[in-house]
This record gives sequence, C-alpha cells and structure tokens, in this order.
Amino acid sequence: MSAFLKGMRHGIPIALGYLSVSFGFGILAAKHFGALVATIISMTNLTSAGQLAGVNIMAEGNTAISGYLEMALTQLIINMRYGLMGISLSQKLDSTFNTPRRLVASFGITDEIFAVASSQPGKITANYMYGMILIAFLGWTSGTFLGAVAGEILPPSVTDAMGLALYGMFLAIIIPPARKSRGVLVVVAAAAGCSLIFKFLLPFVTSGFAVIICAIAAAALGAWLFPVKEENA
Amino acid sequence: MNTMSIVIYIAVMAGVTYLIRMLPFTLFRKEIKSQFFRSFLYYVPYAVLSAMTIPSIFYATGNMVTAVIGTAVAVALAFFRQPLIVVALAASAAALLADVVMGYL
Repeated sequence: MSAFLKGMRHGIPIALGYLSVSFGFGILAAKHFGALVATIISMTNLTSAGQLAGVNIMAEGNTAISGYLEMALTQLIINMRYGLMGISLSQKLDSTFNTPRRLVASFGITDEIFAVASSQPGKITANYMYGMILIAFLGWTSGTFLGAVAGEILPPSVTDAMGLALYGMFLAIIIPPARKSRGVLVVVAAAAGCSLIFKFLLPFVTSGFAVIICAIAAAALGAWLFPVKEENA
Repeated sequence: MNTMSIVIYIAVMAGVTYLIRMLPFTLFRKEIKSQFFRSFLYYVPYAVLSAMTIPSIFYATGNMVTAVIGTAVAVALAFFRQPLIVVALAASAAALLADVVMGYL
C-alpha cells in the first residue's frame, strides 16, 4: 500500500473524532459570524482550542490593534505545544522529507496527528503525513460546515447542548493524565483556580489574556514544583 | 464587526498558528536541553485547556443547570478514561436530556 493511502487509513479515526467535535465548533462560531466564516476559520487553522479562543476574542468585537495583538498572543500560547511537537517529529522524518515538504506538512501538526505519526515504528515520509492530514482536514472542515448549517436549522435546545462538546473533549484530554500525574493535577487545578479569579474578581481582563496569564503561571508552577523526566517531556 | 476586521482576525489567527507549527518543524535540528523549559512545554496544553474550560463550560449551554449536569457526566466518563468522542457527545446528550426533562417539571 502506498504511504499516502496508509496515512489516510490511519487518519480515519482522527477524522471521525474531528467531525463530531468540529460540529460543535461550527454551531458556536456560526452563531456569531455565520457558516462561511466558521468554515474558513477551520480550513485555515485546523485546531480546536485555538479556534474556540479565537472566536471568543472576535466576539468581543474589538477592532483596534489591541484586539489583534491579543489574538496573536493567545494563539502563540495556546498553540505553543505544536512547536514542541514539531521539534519532536522532526527527529523522525525520512531523508526525502526536504524543506518544501516540511513547509506543507507542518500545517497539519495537531495533537492527534502528532500522536499517531510519532507512534509509528521507524521513519515517516511526507506522503504518509499528507494522507493523514488530508483526511483529518476533510473531517474537521466538513464537520464545522455541517454544524454551522445545522445550527441554523436545529432547535436552540440542541445547539445549546452541542456547545458542551468541545469542552467535554477538553475534560477528556486533561482528566486521565491528572489522575496519573500529580504535576498535571496541580497544573490543571492551578489554571482553573486562576481562571476563576479572573472571571469573578478581575472581570475587566479579556478572556484571551486571562487564558494566557493563567496558562503561563500554572505551567511554570508545574515545571518548578514537578519537573518532568526526560522521556515524558 | 465589519468584514475587514474579521479578515484581519482570521489572518492573524491562521498566520500565527502556522508559524508556530512551521518554524520548529522546518528549522529545528537540535533537542531542547533545559529541563525547566521542557517541563513547562509539557504542562502548557493541560494549563491552557483547564483555564479555557473553567468556568466557561458552566455558561456553554446558556443554562447553568443543564451545563453542570453535562459537565458532571463528562467528568465522570473522562475519569474512567472513555474516548474523547464519547465524553464530548455524552456531555451534550446529558445537557439536552436535562433540558427536555426540565421542560416537563
């Protein structure tokens, strides 16, 4: 089987997961900006947490430079993990994976694609990554579009409930490792506590900056109190 | 918001996100040595997701009662390591069910 087809096959479960989660994103984003904008955001970003934070910032309606700066900083912090994943993945690339191919494939580095690609035995090729990225991309964008369109048809009780899907996925990502690792547990609790303080005691700080400040503070606290051993970091 | 601002916002969002993915993947050939920095990067996703979820999840349905019920279901399923898609859909289903039931009370 060609590497491209193999990548597509490995990407099917990722695409199915994306389809349902991006459906929720489509509903949320389309409420503010319509189906076209929601779909374009998913086509150009291919990331859940960053897009949700991004739409929340846009919904605040700030058209001054400070709003764009908040957007840039928020994406930098939320998506910083992709940088580390890129560094890790760059050690596994086969020798034909040249710079132009890296420029293309880097667009598709997500948590799930990174997890599947890095668990492959041996080196990985550009075609393998292209196949996986293509099918994940199709799942993510079509789910967004369907959610955005359905959001205009479905009763509000259904679309309101779908708003929980993305957050439910986030809980499913953070809770299992928090059970296993005291460091993750402390980081998760510290970030949640910090976020509550901003919401109720410092409501004049916008949501994007509150997430940045809390994420940096909680991750630094974790790194200081519970440094991670080499093989996990 | 006007169309121009929406275009700028999306360009900033997509541009920054692409550069974060592209630059290390394309340019980086060495490993990060600092244990503090490696640990910091390891914890960042958990910190981000936690700060984004709490307290926003309680406002996600527009009704705090259904949101809390959906959240409780999500926490319980995540605690028992159910797949992401199961947790995500069950949270929504529980909130919807709670909304329907409350309509009859």
